[in-house]
Amino acid sequence: MTRHLKLDGPDTSRRLDGMAQGVLGRGEPRPEGALKVTGRALYTGDRQPAGAAHGALVRATITRGRVTALNAAPVLAMPGVLAVIDDPRLVRHSGPGGQPNPPEADARSVVYHGQPVALVVAETPEQARHAARALRPDYAPEDAVTDPEDPRAPVDLPEKKQASTGDLDSAIETADVVIDRSYRTASMSAAAMEPHATLAEWEGDRLTLHGTLQMLAVARAQLAAALQIGEDRIRILAPHVGGGFGSKLGITPETVAAAIAARQIGRPVYVVCARPEALEMVSRRSETLQRIRLAADESGRLTGIGHESLVSNLPGQSFSEPVQQATHFTYEAAHRRIVHRVARVHRMMAGPVRAPGEAVGATVFECAMDELADRLGLCPVALRLRNIPKAEPVSGRPYSSNMLAACLTEGARRFGWDERHAAPRARREGEWWIGMGMASAVRVNLVMEAKARVTLHPEATALVETDMTDIGTGSYAVLTQIAAELLGLPMQAVATVLGDTELPKSSGSGGSFGAASTGTAVYLACMELRSRLAEAMGCPEPDLTLKDGHAIHANTRRPIGELMGRALMQAEGHVTPGDATGKVRQATWGAHFAEVAVNAATGETRLRRMQGTFAAGRILNAQTARSQLLGGMIWGIGMALTEELVHDARDGHVVNRDLAEYHLPVNADVPALEVHLLEETDDWATPMQAKGIGELGICGAGAAILNAIHNACGVRVRSFPATLDKVLAGLEQAEAEAAG
Amino acid sequence: MTPFEYIRAGSCDEALAAAGAPGSAFIAGGTNLLDLMKHEVMTPARLVDISRLDLAGIAPTDAGTGAGTGAGTGAGLRIGALVPNSELAADPLVRRRWPLLSRALLAGASGQLRNKATTGGNLLQRTRCYYFYDTAMPCNKRQPGSGCAAREGFNRIHAILGASDACIATHPSDMAVALRALSAEVELLAPGGGRRQVPLAGFYRLPGETPQIETVLEPGEMIAAVLLPPPEGDRQIYRKVRDRASYAFALVSVAACLRMEAGRIAAAALAFGGLAPMPWRSAKVEAALIGEAPSPALFDHAADLLLAEARGQGHNDFKIPLARRTLAAVLAEACSEEMPA
Ligand SMILES: Cc1cc2nc3c(=O)[nH]c(=O)nc-3n(C[C@H](O)[C@H](O)[C@H](O)COP(=O)(O)OP(=O)(O)OC[C@H]3O[C@@H](n4cnc5c(N)ncnc54)[C@H](O)[C@@H]3O)c2cc1C
Repeated sequence: MTRHLKLDGPDTSRRLDGMAQGVLGRGEPRPEGALKVTGRALYTGDRQPAGAAHGALVRATITRGRVTALNAAPVLAMPGVLAVIDDPRLVRHSGPGGQPNPPEADARSVVYHGQPVALVVAETPEQARHAARALRPDYAPEDAVTDPEDPRAPVDLPEKKQASTGDLDSAIETADVVIDRSYRTASMSAAAMEPHATLAEWEGDRLTLHGTLQMLAVARAQLAAALQIGEDRIRILAPHVGGGFGSKLGITPETVAAAIAARQIGRPVYVVCARPEALEMVSRRSETLQRIRLAADESGRLTGIGHESLVSNLPGQSFSEPVQQATHFTYEAAHRRIVHRVARVHRMMAGPVRAPGEAVGATVFECAMDELADRLGLCPVALRLRNIPKAEPVSGRPYSSNMLAACLTEGARRFGWDERHAAPRARREGEWWIGMGMASAVRVNLVMEAKARVTLHPEATALVETDMTDIGTGSYAVLTQIAAELLGLPMQAVATVLGDTELPKSSGSGGSFGAASTGTAVYLACMELRSRLAEAMGCPEPDLTLKDGHAIHANTRRPIGELMGRALMQAEGHVTPGDATGKVRQATWGAHFAEVAVNAATGETRLRRMQGTFAAGRILNAQTARSQLLGGMIWGIGMALTEELVHDARDGHVVNRDLAEYHLPVNADVPALEVHLLEETDDWATPMQAKGIGELGICGAGAAILNAIHNACGVRVRSFPATLDKVLAGLEQAEAEAAG
Repeated sequence: MTPFEYIRAGSCDEALAAAGAPGSAFIAGGTNLLDLMKHEVMTPARLVDISRLDLAGIAPTDAGTGAGTGAGTGAGLRIGALVPNSELAADPLVRRRWPLLSRALLAGASGQLRNKATTGGNLLQRTRCYYFYDTAMPCNKRQPGSGCAAREGFNRIHAILGASDACIATHPSDMAVALRALSAEVELLAPGGGRRQVPLAGFYRLPGETPQIETVLEPGEMIAAVLLPPPEGDRQIYRKVRDRASYAFALVSVAACLRMEAGRIAAAALAFGGLAPMPWRSAKVEAALIGEAPSPALFDHAADLLLAEARGQGHNDFKIPLARRTLAAVLAEACSEEMPA
């Protein structure tokens, strides 16, 4: 039996508050943790079944054009080579995030440098890679524009992403203070630890595929469409995924290639991508050019907000980095204009990467707010507090909950913000300028359709099943906790099985929606089971207490197995998003505070401490929630200081294609980080009051650091990341000005 | 990776004999060579594994000569080619008398890599130029005559000194910069049984028209040891400027070994990393400092001399002011009263 819920309004029953087991919310360790740290959790690349052949992608060395001849013959004669796959169904890039339509086929048609054009299959991975490298197709190259700011690049203005209210131009004319600044953020990589990998195996006309994927149902739909076969013939397994951050939302080129190759040679085929492939072929976060205009009166009240952006993607791609997503509802202002342009360029596909939109949009906006505070001579925290709307601007919708003010105030207090010197260059330690900066954090809250099945066994154990993935986030832990709490079982009595398309279709992992959406499906299934147990107990469900395998009501306490008549009980939960999203504005909130040291001689920036204060609904697992927020903040450090996927100006290819040169923050870049979670009860979110948490930590984080750099040394870097050369240029300029 | 023959050498003679065949390469820690082989940037037909040879000792020597392992006066030091970077950095004698070397080593790579990386391998690690690593791109160092993709490409990490039209790559080693400032020599064994000693000053070659030839090593020649004379100065600093706090190659690094006498610079040895195809040292810079009292103007003058010939490639133009400022900061620190001698 299925219990279905459409989220049309608030659920004020807050049933979780009435549960007795006491495991939900606690920092329970991950049930699969021991497997992972002892190497027994098998990721796709670990399976290595006997008899598998190995594939390596052949990748284009032109930016745009066609393969006119593959020249496979010499490669086919190389040791160990089994086949060169040149099927018209091979895809050129990754599938779109979260949508069932497949990526574009016809890999012979090249649209970016490094695009896969064929697959070489051999007995060993070394032979396959060597042969793939040796294969030299003939190309008919065409001219290609690769720089989004190149005037020749075609530019789209997607209608839905433009918005204008009031008259921004006259608001700017009449304002006491105006900020009009342009900022750039760099192309970035999700750089998940586990490389993209696929193991494909056919049995008759049925395909079993192990993959590195975040959303299995979407992946299956994309793969079926790409292979031109029915979805029912495909089973995808992904019990463990080593990070995705958006790069595994859809299928990737090697998914399709492995499936085709395995069919063609009649053996299981492995394609494990090498690190450069993840960095230059899978997908990237678009670079952005953002112009922010702020009009304010002298008290710091905003009267006008302009946010224009230029992002890029391949021609024909529907995704465009939703830079202004949070600009609509973060701050008040009567006059507003949002312009969103998408340049069509021949760079690797742009796709969603952790907090698409706010990660770069809110971050840049928060830099402009700092410049405004500076101009007004106002405390940056006060400026934000002054502009928090009572209801969502333009639409007038109420907020389901708006915790921004609380996060700002509490964060400032805990950080010791009042010790900040308002003027830059006021604090020096040896060669280092010291400064503090802050930024608001905001991220939309999403819920997706999800199903889960829960089976209760009379010996007081339960099984949770859904095709949900755990991409390192803690899905196993959280879903287990929800079932254990609602069914009154210890954690160890609940087994959770994930990552298999044969199981009920979940939300998958992405957009921070996984735990709340699929968690709600588990919640609903468990509520259905509770109702049945309550019936057997002869009481209304709200009066039933379940704890340690026993049902308790009034003076009666009975083992649940007895209530179940020794037969197992099963229920499915199903949640679908409803009108709630239209009636209220839902979001998660936070505030970042950072202290940096900037070297006056070299321009090097070292983060000294950072603190984030967040509100993201009910916390399901204190430990995994904290880890997600820490991870997000660390991404913010990378965005602010080190991370940039560099495109060669001549052909758009990614220059820094390994982790030695694509600079993620390392331990020494990450000082003590503090995370504080404020209590928030948002009844509109889900019946669990749980909200997304995986992306909030990155939103705005980089701005706190750049604002701190300014406070330290007086240099405004308006191009992310703030590498030392950019800071140095500012230091030199200031010195030259001082010298007259 | 391409197939290769693997020979595990039991002695230096065996190693040298095996490496005589064309297409051979020694493998020590493998931390650089294996990466390059996986990318097919290097495709040796034969690997001669020297990691088990008896070249992992650190021993005091007579001043200057480097001869007489262990029995010398202890003025100098002989470092076997297979001494791991982490061991060399932790050696008590090195830390006491050549702290510059220890600091340079610890500023490089990561703990795991330093455990594996050897003294000889570190000297011979190849450039980190992106285009050298990418076999889809032209590179005169990887494939002579194919062109240099970096000159017109993204060249933020590239050389401002000593480069040529054929190649603008830098040498990435931190250790080598320290050794250059410490006037180290390299002991080489030749296949025929020959042994020679080459000062580090003459060990590396500028790219010119032949960037594929990086050192004076003859085919099959092996590094046996690095020899250190007594340090010329007691004020030793290694300053590495890089894009993150750890685990990144130097954009600019300065190795300084100074001695002060009566408020004047009595001895100065300065070597620079990140600027050139080899660890860079300028006699003019040192001569300008010696005998002078430290001052910002003096440091600026030293930078003028260092950078007189410097040429930016576009993205790396910032290295010119960065080198100037880093040099000034290092000299200020080295000459300061607080500097523990
Ligand atoms: C991610 C990463 C980051 C790094 N960061 C830094 C850094 O910040 N600073 C830094 O200085 N280094 C850095 N390194 C490089 C590291 O220091 C070198 O890889 C290491 O020192 C090489 O030593 P090895 O023994 O492993 O050499 P191998 O890889 O074994 O050999 C390197 C070369 O030397 C030759 N060779 C080795 N021994 C001898 C010998 N005795 N005689 C003749 N030829 C020989 C080999 O044939 C080969 O060509 C980094 C490396 C990596 C992978």
